[in-house]
This record gives sequence, structure tokens and C-alpha cells, in this order.
Amino acid sequence: METVGTLPPQLLRMILSAVVVIAFVFMNGLLLGYLERKLAGRFQLRPGPMEVGPQGMLQMVADAVKLIGKQFIIPRQSSTTLFRLAPFLAFVPVGVSFIVIPLSSKLQVLDLDMGLIFIIAVMAFNMVATLVAGWVSNNKYALFGAVRSVAQGVAYEIPMLLSLVTVVLLTHSFSMRAMVLSQSHIWHVFMQPVAFVIYFIAGLAETHRAPFDLPEAESELTAGFHTEFSGICFSFFFLAEYTNMFFVCSIAVTLFLGGWSGPPLPWMEYSGAIWFMLKVYVLLFIMIWIRWTFPRVRFDQLLNFCWKYLTPIALLNLLITALVVKL
Amino acid sequence: MKEYFTQLYIGAKSLLVGLGVTFRALLHPAVTVHYPREKLTISPNFHGHTLLVKDSETGTHRCIVCMQCDLNCPSNCITVVGEKREGSKGKTLTAYHLDFTKCSLCGICVEVCPTQALDFSDEYELAGFSREEFHYNLLKRLEEG
Repeated sequence: METVGTLPPQLLRMILSAVVVIAFVFMNGLLLGYLERKLAGRFQLRPGPMEVGPQGMLQMVADAVKLIGKQFIIPRQSSTTLFRLAPFLAFVPVGVSFIVIPLSSKLQVLDLDMGLIFIIAVMAFNMVATLVAGWVSNNKYALFGAVRSVAQGVAYEIPMLLSLVTVVLLTHSFSMRAMVLSQSHIWHVFMQPVAFVIYFIAGLAETHRAPFDLPEAESELTAGFHTEFSGICFSFFFLAEYTNMFFVCSIAVTLFLGGWSGPPLPWMEYSGAIWFMLKVYVLLFIMIWIRWTFPRVRFDQLLNFCWKYLTPIALLNLLITALVVKL
Repeated sequence: MKEYFTQLYIGAKSLLVGLGVTFRALLHPAVTVHYPREKLTISPNFHGHTLLVKDSETGTHRCIVCMQCDLNCPSNCITVVGEKREGSKGKTLTAYHLDFTKCSLCGICVEVCPTQALDFSDEYELAGFSREEFHYNLLKRLEEG
């Protein structure tokens, strides 16, 4: 206890945040992995994992232990350093993005003035990790997966940002906290339904979720960019994917669904996080629901949809919003 | 331009219909039978290996050792053994060997039996560690119940 007292409060805050964030990333990965498999089962009229633990709840723990125990194989002609580095490149932005997410009015690591730009920029870094992973594997499937992933990411970043900018026009701020506070009267989803839908679709594409999971299309590319990765390094990519889903949904909740606001609870400064998490997991459920409903699109369909539908509509939406705000 | 919006409308509508279909599936109870814990009732038409039928009047089998099943078996997997005993008419069955590793479940033995002494069992959980486990003595099985 004395040691804790001598530490500067800012450092203590950083250490605590790091521990909580890492713990949360792993718990979220386990929970979403379980939900994904259980819901996949239920959507197909089967029970999903049932054998490990009650209702198969410990299945993901068993899988994690198996993955940790596996050998990490490095292909002979790959670039060893970058091959080892790639999973961490995918994983680091995941931890960093948490800094600006406002879980509730007092549960936010740091409220940056440029919070929204920060989180979008850091999340786009994930694409670099994907490209590195695919490039250094020295495997044609991995390289194709990476190339597809980057092409898709670049295309869908545009409608995504255009739809987010409409909200920025309404709030006159990039701070995530200000976004939530500006929705105390009406949630932005009711003022900007089109922007919300476009953001959500682009978010699906950004996180390589079905029906936009072309970088991982197993029928043509085995597993895409992480084909050559095994053991714990594979699970880093897996965790990064699930945490990115969480971020896409938490940005949607912060910007469109009123963040932590909800029916008041005791200690609302902190317990607002319950409402925040609830909204995020509802959106994540919709993501899983979409995955188990729609088949994968073809690559030309994917890009056509982005350039012919999402981008023009998002642009038009932005123009109209700008006009209305100006008037 | 008109086609553009028609496609957008039709596409969006069909996606929502698709989501509706899967959501109904989500609410529908799972159809899985958890096999070792739950079992389906077996249809009476199920054909397992053959059994000697217990006659309700005499309390024993009806086999008269006519050897028809033994002779007609296309897989040669039936060996009927009988002996002549004092005081009884005809032969008495002493052993009925069925080599189930060779049996093709054709059912000819059941068809040719003049006294309907044979029938199919409803056993389907057949797994063993050696082939000898599938050399059945049907007479012994009948006596042991």
C-alpha cells in the first residue's frame, strides 16, 4: 500500500488502465467467440458448443489453452523479424484505441480534443498489420488476402469517414465526450439514420466481417493473411479482429446511440458504462446476426456497392447536413 | 437512374427479409438430439442383426434345426449346430453361431425360416475392440435374455 502511495497518480492511472484494458480485450474475445459460436448454432437450429462446462461456456477457454500450447511455426523463406512482429502490430492499436472511448462520464482514460480522429487513425493501422502479415508470409494466399484486405479497407474508409463527419458537423467537436454530451436531448441516430446505416455497413467491411469477409474467404484463400500463423500469434489476430468489432460498435454507440445515456442508475457517473456496454453488445449481436444470414459477396460487388451506393449517398447526406447546419 | 433506386430498394428489402428468416430460426428451438444423453425411438422397421425369437407359449425358441438359414446365407456367416436327443422328435438346437463381421443384413435367413424362429433386433450401438466380440451365439443370447 505504501508503494502505491509513493507512485505519481498519473502513472498509477496509466498502469491501472493498461491492466483493465488488456483484461477486457481478452474477456471480450472469449465472450464474443462464445457468443458467435453459440448464436451460429442457434441460427442453424443446433445448440452450438455444449460439452465443455455448463452450456459449453468453457469451450473458448479450452481453445485458448490449446492455442497457447501450440508450436509457433515460421515459414523458412519468410522475413523472420517482421513475421514475429506482425501479430503485435495487429494487437497494439487495439490497446491504444481504448484511451478515448468514453465508457461513462467518469470512466474514460483520456478525453482528447481529436478523439474521433485518433481512434479512426489508430484503427486504420490494423490494415498495415494485415498487409505486413500477408506480405512476409511468403505465401500466395496470404498475400492475396492482404491485398484484398487493404483494397477493401481503403474503399470503405471513405463512406465511413463521410458518415462520421456529418455527426461532427452537428456537434462541432471531435471529442468523444462532447459527442455523448451533445446527445442529451435526442440521439443522433434519429437525426442521421442514413449516416448510421452507412457507418455500420462500412464498419462491417472494415472489420472484415461477413458478408465482406473476402480477405478470409476460405474457399479461395485458405485463411487469408493469417494462413501461415499458428498458435498464440494466430490468436492475437483473432483477438484483434474481435476487439476491432468492439471498437466499431462503440464508436457507433458514442456517435449515434447516445453513449452512456440511459435510464438513471445509482452512481450514474460510473454505472453509465452498463448502458454503454449493453448498446455495444446489441450492435455486436446484429453483426453476428448479419454474418450468419448473408453469403459472402464477390469482390467486384463489394467495390461496386461501396463506390456506386455508399460513397455517393454518404456524400449527399453530408452536403444536406452541411446546408441544414449552415441555415 | 430509376433502375439505380429500384435496385437499392429491392436489395435493401430482400436483405431485411433474409434477416427476418434467420431471426425466426433463432427463436425456433434447436432440433439436435444430444445423442448419448438422449436417444431417438427406433423405428420398428429397423434391421439389426438377427435374433432367435422367444415363443410366448413354450417359453423357448422355435428352431427345428432344418438348416435352411445356414444353407441359404449368401455370406456363409450362420452355423447351426443340433443333435438328436432321446424322447424328442427331430433334432434339438445346441448352438446358433452368427458371424456378424460377415453378415450383410440381407434378411434371407428370416425369410426362409419355416417356423418364424428368427427376427431382427433393434440394436444399433455396436462397437467393439476385437472381431471375436461380433461372433454371436444366438442360443446363448436367448437363454441369457
